[in-house]
Amino acid sequence: MKYTEEHEWLLAEDDGIITVGITEHAATSLGDIVFVEMPEEGSTVAKGDECVVIESVKAASDVISPLDGEIVEVNSALEDDPGKINEDPTGDAWFFKIRAADLSQMDDYMDEAAYKDLIG
Amino acid sequence: MSNLARTPLYDLHLGLGAKMVPFAGYEMPVQYPAGVMKEHLHTRAKAGLFDVSHMGQVILRSASIEHVSLAFETMIPVDVLGLSEGRQRYGFFTNADGGIEDDLMFANRGDHLFVVINAACKDADIARMKANLPNDVTVEVIEDRSLLALQGPSAAVALSTLNASVAEMKFMDVATVELVGCECWISRSGYTGEDGYEISVPSEKAVALAQALLDHPDVEPIGLGARDSLRLEAGLCLYGHDIDAATSPVEGGLTWAIQKARRAGGSRDGGYPGAERIQSEMAHGAARKRVGLRPAGRAPMREGVPLYASEDTSDQIGTITSGGFGPTVGGPVAMGYLPSNLSTVGKTVYGELRGKRQPLTVAALPFTPANFKR
Repeated sequence: MKYTEEHEWLLAEDDGIITVGITEHAATSLGDIVFVEMPEEGSTVAKGDECVVIESVKAASDVISPLDGEIVEVNSALEDDPGKINEDPTGDAWFFKIRAADLSQMDDYMDEAAYKDLIG
Repeated sequence: MSNLARTPLYDLHLGLGAKMVPFAGYEMPVQYPAGVMKEHLHTRAKAGLFDVSHMGQVILRSASIEHVSLAFETMIPVDVLGLSEGRQRYGFFTNADGGIEDDLMFANRGDHLFVVINAACKDADIARMKANLPNDVTVEVIEDRSLLALQGPSAAVALSTLNASVAEMKFMDVATVELVGCECWISRSGYTGEDGYEISVPSEKAVALAQALLDHPDVEPIGLGARDSLRLEAGLCLYGHDIDAATSPVEGGLTWAIQKARRAGGSRDGGYPGAERIQSEMAHGAARKRVGLRPAGRAPMREGVPLYASEDTSDQIGTITSGGFGPTVGGPVAMGYLPSNLSTVGKTVYGELRGKRQPLTVAALPFTPANFKR
């Protein structure tokens, strides 16, 4: 698994598909999540694009796409049960799967040890 | 956060695992490890303990309570003289333009008035009272007391374990009661829509009192995050957001707090700053009104979201002044201002969120029924 400075995790699946979610640290700092808006399946995104909106009891925040590519699947179950993101952020509550246009972009991101150093 | 003040409960908050944030010049707990949602629901189900020691506590005193009351009436459009000993009322300072400078609670404690004001406004309020009250009224700022609020359906049971007499108090009663070995000034009131108490306690005993209450199995500590969602569901205004210096009490839906004696034709009609505008609006209506709003979708619409009459009109008709997720309602709730002719319950308006217009329905306030001990 790879990690971004924006507290997202990226898991490489087969065929250049990467699953993206937010880390436990992010879910905890956001607080109870009450709303999530997913990108459309089939949409093309660029690295850095705001592609998910999360609202917690405290504030709204964006999840940016960590990669260039095509959103091939979104976890629409989270739209009905956003609280799942607090319960299982690195498991069932993944956000979307993206077909990476350039897998070398994965090299920009941290491994687990580096991410743990970042969050202290 | 070195320039920020701390309340006497600061170390207790840290020990309870609170996340501290700057608020009105103080370091205050925004939430504890349970989190805003659970803290909110716990308060509605059992009882929550809030540190509100950042709020201002002031005693107004003179030769007689009548004299103090009449003097205070020159600053607020509320019937102070008619308030019986041992009772509390809600009120607000108005300005010459009929706007609200701060909202407050005041109690008749026999030979003086006890006034509780918002933290963010307290310096200005104290200066205003000193400048506007006659020389024979003393404005005594209470610096050696803390303020705790115990709120929720179990509040009476929990506080009764420390002194059984509090169970007899009714909503808005005030009393002097001994708790944890010291004299506390208690009112049966709060700002969550629930039954409960606000307790002014000598600061050296504040931790002991908080600890004694937290020892009760039904009582949990609650931060400012849940305090905000609780008061929003209860339809209560947050000063500086839902009401401010440009907003009149009529626009703010607060005319219930202006008793008959102070209204046109009453025995002490007018005589407070901005009476002209406020009485005119009471007679003819205000151009805009505070309303409850229920966003149709699941997305919260927060303070600052502009409101429109339809999906495509360009003229903004109002703004959301408080909004978020209501844990008890189970969905987003908001308050804001709309032109009076569009403020009917059931009316649909549109809020613009992330560039998209989304419908909201004008709703009756409060969103959750009040649970006071009348």
